[in-house]
Amino acid sequence: MTPPDYEYLRKLLKDHSGLDLSADKQYLIESRLLPLSRKCGLAGISELVQKMKGGASTIVAQVVEAMTTNETFFFRDKVPFDHFRDSIVPEVLKARAARKSIRIWCAAGSTGQEPYSLAMSLKEMSAALAGWRIEIIATDLSQEVLEKSKAGIYSQFEVQRGLPIQMLVKYFKQNGELWQINADIRAMVQHRQLNLLHDFSQLGMFDVIFCRNVLIYFDQDTKINIFGRLAKSMEADGFLVLGAAETVVGLTDVFKPFPDKRGLYRPNAARAATAAPKIAAMAGR
Amino acid sequence: MKTCLVVDDSGVVRKIARRILEEMGFEITEAEDGEKALEVCKLAMPNAVLLDWNMPVMDGYEFLGHLRRLPGGDVPKVVFCTTENGMDHISRALHAGANEYIMKPFDKDIVAAKFQEVGLVELSEPTPV
Ligand SMILES: C[S@@+](CC[C@H](N)C(=O)[O-])C[C@H]1O[C@@H](n2cnc3c(N)ncnc32)[C@H](O)[C@@H]1O
Repeated sequence: MTPPDYEYLRKLLKDHSGLDLSADKQYLIESRLLPLSRKCGLAGISELVQKMKGGASTIVAQVVEAMTTNETFFFRDKVPFDHFRDSIVPEVLKARAARKSIRIWCAAGSTGQEPYSLAMSLKEMSAALAGWRIEIIATDLSQEVLEKSKAGIYSQFEVQRGLPIQMLVKYFKQNGELWQINADIRAMVQHRQLNLLHDFSQLGMFDVIFCRNVLIYFDQDTKINIFGRLAKSMEADGFLVLGAAETVVGLTDVFKPFPDKRGLYRPNAARAATAAPKIAAMAGR
Repeated sequence: MKTCLVVDDSGVVRKIARRILEEMGFEITEAEDGEKALEVCKLAMPNAVLLDWNMPVMDGYEFLGHLRRLPGGDVPKVVFCTTENGMDHISRALHAGANEYIMKPFDKDIVAAKFQEVGLVELSEPTPV
């Protein structure tokens, strides 16, 4: 790959998906984009770049999708889902007892394992949630993973990573070598295509946001920007759950770590308090 | 050190399983059918049993039934590891007292995930990406 082609792709990816590639990731681009260029009937990466420079927007979308890492599995890292069951949901049950509704957002849902893990967890707690309105919204940049998520069909390998066998028996139907998650669990999750670089305020306010293993690909400014907007989409007493290698510490004070619960963050009340007088003043005018 | 009894009539499978489980810190004993496995358990209960289903002499399902009736036989965590991958087999195994179930083919990630599931190994460092 020529250095100018590499620079072109780096910038394109940064602008379109936030992916922040260091100067030495040529092999990664080649391993993902050579198969794509072949699929498009092109000789190689420089032809692909030529096409994009000529304004082929469908190819741009395909390139951006091909460069996303979609690795995920059920109950990934386990601990966040224990927090969800033992701390987050009980807390929301108290805080929203009057409204009886809970809104959850999986901000990089990939092929569905994460939103469906949450849906199954809630199903396990259905006695406490009787009469509650539950919304789980799974979004992702990639249309392809969203389609797979909607179908809810997984390989034997995928259902053996992180999913307890009792849950497989309880919530899946077998179809040869494939396993499909039951329709009632599928129905708990809504799917939307969404790029985290773009405005997402139209999704409304959430009690819980899972935003895991996606910010890790972005540069610092992008992370800070997204944290700021996540905070605006979250109720003041909501919960943010990040991936194992992600944190707000050192980047922003709009969220603060929840003591003794790794990966769990809450909106910073002190921040809200300093912002509140301004709003009050405006309202008084 | 935690012990794991690997029960499979295939020497190759036992060897692969032994390598994976030793790496996870288990001390391994092996048996090639259910009857031999029961003998091992009567001498000393292992912490875990990785159990094939179809074997000559005594199959894994029958072994599990006997094991759970032995004194102390409720202690070992039993993880089936079999090509029987139908929902009916899985349900039967769980009813008979199996703790987890691996559908072959298996690899290190699956074994590690399942042994974490039954609480026999610590959570590995979370996977960042
Ligand atoms: C590694 S997966 C994480 C899946 C899941 N959250 C987990 O932790 O297992 C990262 C996902 O982020 C998506 N993604 C990457 N850039 C994105 C962006 N700018 N906006 C929305 N999603 C994005 C990818 O398509 C991919 O499905």
